[in-house]
Amino acid sequence: MAGNLLAYLVRFARALRQQGVLVTPEQVTALARALETLPSLDRETFRLAARATLVCRQEDLEPFERAFALFFGLGEEAHPLRLERTQSALRPRRPLMAQAPLLPRRTRETGPEEELPLADRSFSYSPLDVLRQRRFEDCTPEELAVLARLVRGLRWALPPRRSRRLQPTEQSGRPDLRRTLRRNLRYGGEPLLLTWREPSLRPRRLVVLADISGSMERYTRMLLLFLHALVQARRQPVEVFLFGSRLTRVTPMLSRRDPDAALAELGRQVPDWAGGTRIGQCLHAFNRDWGKRVLSRGAVVVIISDGWDQGEPELLAAEMERLQKRCHRLLWLNPLLGLPGYRPLTRGMQAALPYVDDFLPADSLASLESLARRLGELPAGRAPRRPGAPAR
Amino acid sequence: MEGTVLRPAERFASPEEVASALESVGYIADRPLAVAVYLALKLERPLFLEGQPGVGKTAVSLALAQALGTRLIRLQCYEGLDLHSAVYEWDYTRQLLEVRLLEATGERDKAQIRRHIFSPEFLLRRPLLQALEASDGLPPVLLIDELDRADEEFEAFLLEVLGDWQVTVPELGTIRAQVPPVVVLTSNRTREVHDALKRRCLYCWIDYPSFEKEYAIVLAKVPGAPERLARQVVAFAQTVRELDLYKAPGVAETLDWAAALLALDRGGLTPQLVEETLGALLKYHDDLQRVREELGQGLLERALSRPEARA
Repeated sequence: MAGNLLAYLVRFARALRQQGVLVTPEQVTALARALETLPSLDRETFRLAARATLVCRQEDLEPFERAFALFFGLGEEAHPLRLERTQSALRPRRPLMAQAPLLPRRTRETGPEEELPLADRSFSYSPLDVLRQRRFEDCTPEELAVLARLVRGLRWALPPRRSRRLQPTEQSGRPDLRRTLRRNLRYGGEPLLLTWREPSLRPRRLVVLADISGSMERYTRMLLLFLHALVQARRQPVEVFLFGSRLTRVTPMLSRRDPDAALAELGRQVPDWAGGTRIGQCLHAFNRDWGKRVLSRGAVVVIISDGWDQGEPELLAAEMERLQKRCHRLLWLNPLLGLPGYRPLTRGMQAALPYVDDFLPADSLASLESLARRLGELPAGRAPRRPGAPAR
Repeated sequence: MEGTVLRPAERFASPEEVASALESVGYIADRPLAVAVYLALKLERPLFLEGQPGVGKTAVSLALAQALGTRLIRLQCYEGLDLHSAVYEWDYTRQLLEVRLLEATGERDKAQIRRHIFSPEFLLRRPLLQALEASDGLPPVLLIDELDRADEEFEAFLLEVLGDWQVTVPELGTIRAQVPPVVVLTSNRTREVHDALKRRCLYCWIDYPSFEKEYAIVLAKVPGAPERLARQVVAFAQTVRELDLYKAPGVAETLDWAAALLALDRGGLTPQLVEETLGALLKYHDDLQRVREELGQGLLERALSRPEARA
């Protein structure tokens, strides 16, 4: 009988795995034990016991209910969510960016010739220097391919933060009584040798929010490659979000090593390429759903956008203020900033600027390099900020 | 000794008994929570509670301790929390003084000194050790609050302790719980707690309560609140939660607000009264502004016209 039950539970666990809920054998055993302790066992009690033992995160609760309904052959009407899911899965996905490939075709087609030193290419004078300064939108596909390779080679690192955890040190920090006592016992407890400890250093998290709306389209390709390089550098934790009319977290997709595959995946998964921009609403969604989870412990936030916002400037200002208060430092990269005579006069940019700690260009390789340098030189303390709510 | 300790696992025969025991000390538990608590006790595994701030995660452990008639030991987590604040620490200053004293009395035997100053007398017991050592009748309830605030190193250590119910103090040896304490862990999800730890636990996501549940909580926790006021307060809180706010009011805020209204003693809710006391319910400037605007557009009327509000 017990064997039967266990086999039954294993089948149920398999149904859960099919819905994406990871269940360990240990958890299944725990459920079996749990069922033995329950005085009566109806389906509802079984459901709750299974939920408590097999699920360990909120995101899995809904797939759990789906698997449960399927497993016990409950009708569709019991779980309207399921129907909705299936329909959206069936909807044909727009072949995003099919017409404009994120990456110019390169390497495989062009072959080894691409790997030649840059000086051999058809530039007359110090081509690399010229190319570095050239605005992305003025580059030919070949030049972009070269830049893409250079972007991948960018070195960057955020200065670490001090954690609250203490570690033993040679001669700095505060006295470590525990080790001091221990070491000096042999001298009869006279503290002759002092030992010390001080806060250890931890990598800081970088959070990037990049605008992929229509007005940014000319830069999107290059910036995505840049973001891919940031994630791939694996120097420290990076979280990347894209926004236009809505916010999408894309960190998992950028974790794929091959840039082409990663960007193709992005094209499939992100719903709003080259559409409208609602920066305020997207920041609101970020602050509400992700802020608490990714901004803790002194994250540095980089927003990449030209500041063209179709939403309410008041909302944008409020969300920027909230964001700035929660992070260690808030940088805004604007591709237009490199243009001669550009002044950040759009309503969106005007609303956001009071809350930006660093306002930098992002239109050429040189500007991305200076960003990488800037990130490495961020001061340990917070940027000076105005207290309280500024006049809006 | 072994026989005298009553296992909490033997106290309740069904989830219903857990629910009614909790209710008798003023905590209204719905069925998923009652099942999770019951199983946590029976299987002697930790209970892992997640949910928005203010839904009563911490209160579960308080109520559970009361219902079991045992004491609550609380470990508040924070970044950098280490062994010495969570498990034990030696009382160094007293140890140093003791060494001097011993020397003054002519004690020269180093091994003897060592044995003496590393005896339990000089041990400062922190919450985890207290919880494992308890042997007075019932094992205590150990609340490990806001685990998401601690760092990964502490989590890894905790995984070990909660698996074996023992810790090792190198100078004294291993200390093992006679009966495992009842452990409740909570997290506000400011960071994802590692799955390995969560899989060892009974997991329960606590949501904002339904109208009926919250109404029962208000009646239980705010003595003297008239039923009509309680209904209106809860209807309003539930309606406010449907707005897109930064920090929706938790049950704790509903209770504060109900108590505030009771103290003002003006009968039913009016837009003006709500406006004046809103600070008890909402704690963010932006949220306050938002709800004030909505009040101007009939938010209170909408709340009070809910069928539950008038029953």
